[in-house]
Amino acid sequence: MGSFDFARDDSFFVMESLDQIKSRIEAAVPGAKIEIVQNGSPSQQRSLLIDNEHAVAIARFLRVDPALCLDFCSNVTGIDWLDRVVKKTTKVKTLVDGQEKEIVETTEEKIPGYLEAVYHLYSMTHKHGPVIVRMRTADRAEGTRLPSFTPIWRSAEFQEREIFDLYGIHFEGHPDLRRILMWDEFEDYPMRKDYREPDDYEWEPTPHDAVLEKAKQHYTPRPELDGAEAIVEPLKG
Amino acid sequence: MSQIDEQLRTELQRQGVWVTSMQDLYNWGRKNSIWPLQFGLACCAIEMIATAASRYDIARFGGEVFRPSPRQADLMIVAGTVTKKMAPQIVRLFNQMADPKYVIAMGACAISGGPFKQGYNVLKGIDRYIPVDVYIPGCPPRPEALLHAFMELQRKIDEQKLTGADKAEFLKPDQPSEFPVPRFGRHDLEPRANPNVFQPPVLER
Repeated sequence: MGSFDFARDDSFFVMESLDQIKSRIEAAVPGAKIEIVQNGSPSQQRSLLIDNEHAVAIARFLRVDPALCLDFCSNVTGIDWLDRVVKKTTKVKTLVDGQEKEIVETTEEKIPGYLEAVYHLYSMTHKHGPVIVRMRTADRAEGTRLPSFTPIWRSAEFQEREIFDLYGIHFEGHPDLRRILMWDEFEDYPMRKDYREPDDYEWEPTPHDAVLEKAKQHYTPRPELDGAEAIVEPLKG
Repeated sequence: MSQIDEQLRTELQRQGVWVTSMQDLYNWGRKNSIWPLQFGLACCAIEMIATAASRYDIARFGGEVFRPSPRQADLMIVAGTVTKKMAPQIVRLFNQMADPKYVIAMGACAISGGPFKQGYNVLKGIDRYIPVDVYIPGCPPRPEALLHAFMELQRKIDEQKLTGADKAEFLKPDQPSEFPVPRFGRHDLEPRANPNVFQPPVLER
């Protein structure tokens, strides 16, 4: 029974940086388009946005590469991004009445919505991770297709089914893509941001906030006042 | 059925003569041998298991025989969150139980959906599809609360009449003992509630 020596165990080493991983993927998978997604939160946990065409080849590289050896897919999740407008402000110098003035111009950029699948990959061999990999669908309606990573990481099977169930992303190459939580006859995708749940708010004893608004649709109006409540008992004596 | 004066009966009992009626004997036997259906849905089931174990010991009340078959069960303890995917199976199990049968809705979820009430996949109370005899609030209720509900149910059984116009529901041939099983719809369960069972009070606001 020897004690576990972290300093002497050479399987513990710091994983290479995300930029290094990106350049090594680009060398190993020709034509792969990879983008590093920045993260503004305190964790600063950046991720790789990979293109769908080379996704399976990239995933296989991440798994078999001896330095990375990301053999464990810990988590798969979906994100729904609605259509959004990004406002950009730029200061432009223009001549107004012969004088140079700074004018703030705002340009609006419309970004169409898409669905996203996020994979968190770790290495059991090297005990490092996570490497976060994202894939995006073309849009939210017709082109909600992504390649499946289940052939590469078996643990993605149920989680991809869950994303299919709740977000409606079709994973091509998944061996058994069925709904996993909702029933087979169900047609909606409840985790999408524009999902409207069925209106069963007819009995809400203590409604508030959003529930109050929905419960009001079912309220029974008070009966019309008939004047009787205005009659006051006259004072005696 | 001839009614015997309560005072006379206690007086006779004091003298060592025990007088009873068919109804009392029948209900006494029924209420002290309520066999629950053995199934749990969520964390309330853990409290139900604790109630059945030796510390709280539901056997003191004659309810220790948890049956794995609805054919042999008298009581359905709906212990936990009823998802919409599970609700048809619950109703089907209840339909398979033989009369007389009773339901305890245990915990906030079984009563109303509880903390998951505004979700898309949780039924807002099992009383939308089957009649509930005793409701226990709590999240989850303590084993003492389940025992209290059990005693309330025993009291309810004890007061059921076997004859007359106000006899127990299960003795009336026109009263339903089976309830329609909801179907899986495209957006929700169909129907959303059984109107013969679920009649929420109308609040004027």
